Amino acid sequence: MTSHVDLARNQILSPAGMGDDDLQQTLDQVMTHAVDNADLYFQASRHESWMLEDSIVKEGRHGIEQGVGVRAMSGEKTGFAYSDEIIVPALTKAATAARAIARSGQQGSVQAWKRSAGHDLYQPVDPLTTLSDEEKVQLLHAADAAARAIDPRVKQVIVSLAGVYDTVLIAASNGTLAADVRPLVRFNVQVIVEHKGRREQGTSGGGGRVGYEFFTEEDRIKGYAREAVHQALVNLEAIDAPAGTMTVVLGPGWPGVLLHEAIGHGLEGDFNRKGSSAFAGRIGERVATPGCTVVDDGTMAGRRGSLNVDDEGTPTESTVLIENGILKGYMQDTLNARLMGVASTGNGRRESYAHLPMPRMTNTYMLAGQHDPQEIIASVDKGLYAVNFGGGQVDITSGKFVFSASEAYLIENGKVTQPVRGATLIGNGPDVLTRVSMVGNDLELDSGVGTCGKEGQSVPVGVGQPTLRIDELTVGGTHG
Amino acid sequence: MADNQTAVALVDYTSDSDALSALVTDALAEAKAQGASTAEAGIHVESGLEVTVRMGEVETVEHTSDKSLGVTVYFGQRKGSATTSDFSAAAIKDTVRAACSIARYTAEDEYAGLADADMMARDIPDLDLNHHWNISADAAIELATECETAARDCDKRIVNSEGATVSSHQALRVYANSHGFIGGYPSTYHSASCAVIGQEGEGMQRDYWYDAVRDSIDLNNVKAIGKMAAERTLRRLNGRRLPTGNAPVIFAADIASTLAGHLIAAIRGGSLYRKASFLLDYLDKQIFPEHINIHEEPHLKKAMGSAPFDSEGVANGHHVLVENGILQSYVLDSYSARKLGMKTTGNAGGVHNLIIDHGDDSFDDLVKQMNKGLIVTELMGQGVNIVTGDYSRGASGFWVENGEIQYPVEEITIAGNLRDLFMHIDAVGNDVDLRGNTRTGSILIEDIMIGGE
Repeated sequence: MTSHVDLARNQILSPAGMGDDDLQQTLDQVMTHAVDNADLYFQASRHESWMLEDSIVKEGRHGIEQGVGVRAMSGEKTGFAYSDEIIVPALTKAATAARAIARSGQQGSVQAWKRSAGHDLYQPVDPLTTLSDEEKVQLLHAADAAARAIDPRVKQVIVSLAGVYDTVLIAASNGTLAADVRPLVRFNVQVIVEHKGRREQGTSGGGGRVGYEFFTEEDRIKGYAREAVHQALVNLEAIDAPAGTMTVVLGPGWPGVLLHEAIGHGLEGDFNRKGSSAFAGRIGERVATPGCTVVDDGTMAGRRGSLNVDDEGTPTESTVLIENGILKGYMQDTLNARLMGVASTGNGRRESYAHLPMPRMTNTYMLAGQHDPQEIIASVDKGLYAVNFGGGQVDITSGKFVFSASEAYLIENGKVTQPVRGATLIGNGPDVLTRVSMVGNDLELDSGVGTCGKEGQSVPVGVGQPTLRIDELTVGGTHG
Repeated sequence: MADNQTAVALVDYTSDSDALSALVTDALAEAKAQGASTAEAGIHVESGLEVTVRMGEVETVEHTSDKSLGVTVYFGQRKGSATTSDFSAAAIKDTVRAACSIARYTAEDEYAGLADADMMARDIPDLDLNHHWNISADAAIELATECETAARDCDKRIVNSEGATVSSHQALRVYANSHGFIGGYPSTYHSASCAVIGQEGEGMQRDYWYDAVRDSIDLNNVKAIGKMAAERTLRRLNGRRLPTGNAPVIFAADIASTLAGHLIAAIRGGSLYRKASFLLDYLDKQIFPEHINIHEEPHLKKAMGSAPFDSEGVANGHHVLVENGILQSYVLDSYSARKLGMKTTGNAGGVHNLIIDHGDDSFDDLVKQMNKGLIVTELMGQGVNIVTGDYSRGASGFWVENGEIQYPVEEITIAGNLRDLFMHIDAVGNDVDLRGNTRTGSILIEDIMIGGE
């Protein structure tokens, strides 16, 4: 099999008439200043999206982007410049701008290339070509027809299909030479239902680092349509959500966004190096009940948050964040790892060549526990059962986090009863998991739809968890 | 130290509108040559400098330079679009080809197409948006250092910092379509911001402040920005929770704009023709109390949200959305307007300088008027359902009794339905925030549900 590095060379460097020598020379230029480490990040990306609405395919969009980012690091300082032209003069100009962060005169050395041994978690395919345009259009129609066939109250169906073919090549002054060819696809179904003048919506979808054929398998399209319609119809019947602090049971899978917000961001290396996280300096302390083990795993085959190597060329890892309730580790990129005297955990990620890398999550989830999910629900006299969520947000300094339920029910006397309207849940990251009293045996990962935003940069991520009982969480309903 | 270089692109397109006009004209000609009946093309180029200083040391110096060209082709009523960051003749040809290829698979849509020719902007006013700031990286670093130092020196409880950032960006947009419309305008955007961390006892809090302007001479004193960031952080220390229950609420001016955002999301053409809005069929109906007037002023000189025409080339101008509390107009582009049997309101690409008129009350007057209730200064999460108007978000701020702030509050939710919240606005303060696309003062609302202990 052709290596990722060879594929990336052919795709990015060859058309520009560039070779490994040019990478070496550019890094040499940067290292004429007092720079500890420098890297080049080449990227070529092709993406498309298709959209159906009113039962016709209305829009399609195709895009190409390419460029190179040059970064120079000196102590805690970073100089950064990029160009969307991959040609030697542009690279030279970017290198000159980036190295200005440090004084000139010192001759740092560029190590001999050593290829980073990345994983093989997905095929290096161009997903845009895995189905014909005609077949893509058929997929959209199939989802529309499936959703409308389920219930006459379905009034509007909006379906989208998107794919990205992303190739990156990383060369660093420490000798790292790595590449990754990253397919990513996503399918989304949104429905609006109407009954007796009341309208509601439901959304579902999935994807991963696969080709489009993923959506033609296992009746996935029908599954998304069914799920979106189900969610919307449940919400048609929803009563006002309760307000106040109560026991909350979270369903498996996507509700793992709890972990992403409450725990994950606070354990990113940059915030901990700077001491701005509510988790800073707490390694070894108890932050969750004994049954809770949380990992960030970038090495899961085909998943949306997975990478063969991160955006600094470091192979991704499975990093234990919390083990049996004890805080174990942070997620690191090379800059923060160096400054904290530890090794990168392969969590250095960037939105594109035009952005600086920073520690980011990959797939973050809690391992399964012992309890049957039915037993967990049966244990609650009065509370909320939340099975689906929109997004969330966290203030890493105060530790306060929110996530918004889009499908939730009351639990009364150990039984799931009435659906309630969407409500935001709020809590405090460092202690929310100390209130987890039961962990289900039903670990699920989300269907491949997550996007995480940090400092203006978006990256695809995954989340997951088993059913969880949290004894006290504040629910933002309207019913006192 | 850093040198004076502020842009990295080999060709700085941001000062070359002739070159960009030629590129969009070429793209339209290529679309015609490839058989498109009509087409439109737009270019956006931007370059800038951004420096961050943290704990008195330079943290990052970034040189940004971005460009993209987008083209949309129509074959009769079938549509296809493509974008590229490569401006070579070959890349533009390929991009047009990709758009044309997509249009073979999209469906006939009777509402698709360019905005009508008679709607195109005829005069393109100079809105005074372009004020190049000739600032070196070193000078920007100096300003950021002053800003952060003012914050850190403010009080010993300011123990840590996320840094101060100074940035300067310049951009040029050009749009053309096959009606013969071509228009472009340069703009600049400069900002200074600071975020610091305070600690007292166990708890840490972070807050920030910023200013953003078109012309650097209008930028607030960076020391004042730093001091404000510190004061905002300090006042949050030792926050408490609140008991669950109802209370009046003031949305502070800088977050009151989010309420205007929810209004726009609900009266946008796309939400209306999809019947995905809690304000469906509310045109000419009362949606706010009589004292509320909301309008859009896209041609304000030097304003952050200004634009001389919309993103379809349609003429825009003074646009009344709400008068005496009654919804007067939707926010439409040509496609959604046709779907609704109406005319575009010049809002392709959104609204520009949305203004909520205010009375004579200051922020302190609003607090006195509320007497007992919640001031919200920060909102968290996305708990807003535009289809139903259901609203539930995380919040922090201050508790007020006897018309005076008593203590900071955190880890609470506020919830209600936007239709009710809109109808129960008691007052809009004169403390208008001018830094963004929405200009509103603080907003006092009669009642909201607080979720807490």
